[in-house]
Amino acid sequence: MDYINRGNRSTKDGFGIGLLKAGEKHKNIIALGADITASVGVNYFAEKFPERFFSLGIAEQNCVGVAAGLALSGKIPVFSTYGVFAALRTTDQIRISLCYNNVHAIIGGAHAGISVGPDGATHQALEDIAIMRVLPNITVLSPCDATQTEQAIMAAVEQIKGPVYLRFGRAPVPDFIDLNIKFIPGKAQILKEGSDITLIATGHMVWVALQSAKILEEKGISTRVINIHTIKPIDKDVIIKAAKETKAIVTLEEHQVQGGFGSAVSEVIVENYPVPVKMIGMQDRFGESGQPEELMIKYGLKAEVFTPEIMRFISLLNK
Amino acid sequence: MAFQKYQSITELEKIAYSIRKNILISLTEAGSGHTGGSLGLTDIFTVLYFNIMNHDPKNPKWEDRDRLILSIGHVTPVHYATLAESGYFPVEELKTLRKLGTRLQGHPGREHGLPGLELSAGSLGQGLSVAVGMTLADKIDQKNRTTFCICGDGELQEGSIWEAAMSASHHKLNKLITIVDRNRVQIDGKTKDVMQIEPLADKWKAFGWEVLSCNGNNIQELIPTINKAKQASEKPTVIIANTVMGKGIKSIEDDYRWHGRVPTKTELELFLKELY
Repeated sequence: MDYINRGNRSTKDGFGIGLLKAGEKHKNIIALGADITASVGVNYFAEKFPERFFSLGIAEQNCVGVAAGLALSGKIPVFSTYGVFAALRTTDQIRISLCYNNVHAIIGGAHAGISVGPDGATHQALEDIAIMRVLPNITVLSPCDATQTEQAIMAAVEQIKGPVYLRFGRAPVPDFIDLNIKFIPGKAQILKEGSDITLIATGHMVWVALQSAKILEEKGISTRVINIHTIKPIDKDVIIKAAKETKAIVTLEEHQVQGGFGSAVSEVIVENYPVPVKMIGMQDRFGESGQPEELMIKYGLKAEVFTPEIMRFISLLNK
Repeated sequence: MAFQKYQSITELEKIAYSIRKNILISLTEAGSGHTGGSLGLTDIFTVLYFNIMNHDPKNPKWEDRDRLILSIGHVTPVHYATLAESGYFPVEELKTLRKLGTRLQGHPGREHGLPGLELSAGSLGQGLSVAVGMTLADKIDQKNRTTFCICGDGELQEGSIWEAAMSASHHKLNKLITIVDRNRVQIDGKTKDVMQIEPLADKWKAFGWEVLSCNGNNIQELIPTINKAKQASEKPTVIIANTVMGKGIKSIEDDYRWHGRVPTKTELELFLKELY
């Protein structure tokens, strides 16, 4: 089926609107702010529910600890900041105060990926998946568009019991996910069937994977496309089935391929049904300043750039 | 129904003696752990659990209980011995400390199911933030209970402590009481040589806290000081409790080498005779 772009929207806005909706429904949600509330989508909630929003200043480690304390008191805390700080500066607090205590707290990781753009390398979260997914008890969510991000935060509030890391981006991207597909944590979504090769993508790269699939289909390659919005726990069944039914797997992420999403998929494949894997993503490099589109091209994350690479990969398989 | 509170200083001193004895026995049995800090904090734990805090060993999750966060997870033997003394679990279980399958982990771990633990902790600098979050939740819910947080003086070298301190006064968390175990020693030696933290009272004042201090090994001084802290109307309060590491056994008192070692079986026999 063809997916229609209903119009570009930032997943950050999806997070913000989703948090607002969740806050209307669940009175025990408390949002914490580390100074950049508007750029991480918390402003809608903060304006609507000032009595449930607490500013804690530029002090991310404390924010995570405070979230743990709130969660241990029956609240559902949501702390959102740029992913580089959320996942990296506070890793130890997330590991011990949230994960070891196994409390229900939601960490929003904003500014995910190279498409953050002009801010450059310091603010482009490209290692957060790798670091978060290694922690016991945590759920790692990486929704593909603004609509799915709204669904993801509601699911994080209603369906998940422990700590959650929810990753989202800054740049407006196509909003396309079929509104009839339910968001179930841990359940991958097969967006397109195919029998020669499978593209498994997460976050913004899901739309890009669909574009790549179009090009591949034109070349006569039957391409399956899977959206993995829950990186941990990952949907092993869907991955293993794809490995069995198609000749090879390509993973796509706006993140370092080492230890990241490609690694997560590969771990499932090598242990269960080894087939060749190609990983599209950041190749062990820092990003830089530039417009999102320019950066996606330069770092090989646009369909037109990497699809020829996939073609070469497939031709090697056939030898 | 809250736990019985003891008013008699002599009674409380007897309880402290018993807790110290059990700390020594459990640490000797464990073969590793932190003796000095555990003994130094015994009087504070005795006062909190047997005189100050509203809690119920028969109903550890009682929703109006005062809560105690031990930010310095390594001195958990004093917490375990105090919880056992209060009746949260059998004293005999203290001998399982640090052993495979125990509920008494080397640093507190709630997932192992020991009743009375509020937080799994052990990575320094995190507990005060959690205590801030708990007190904030109580403020939102208009609950009148108190949250206590025990920090080490060496722990105050962690920057995250000061992030937490700033946020507690900013949000006017007057129901939060931090007790600093000011024993002036840490693993590498004297705190003033490892990293000077003085002027300590001025630092807390500058961060918007009410500051009290007392002899942390004197039950008679501790009770009124903590009760005064509970009266705070706007600011959080810190009590700088001057303690002696290894308190109770003259031959190891104030000796930083006893931060992270435990008695041998022979030493245990001597220490139990020496204990006062």
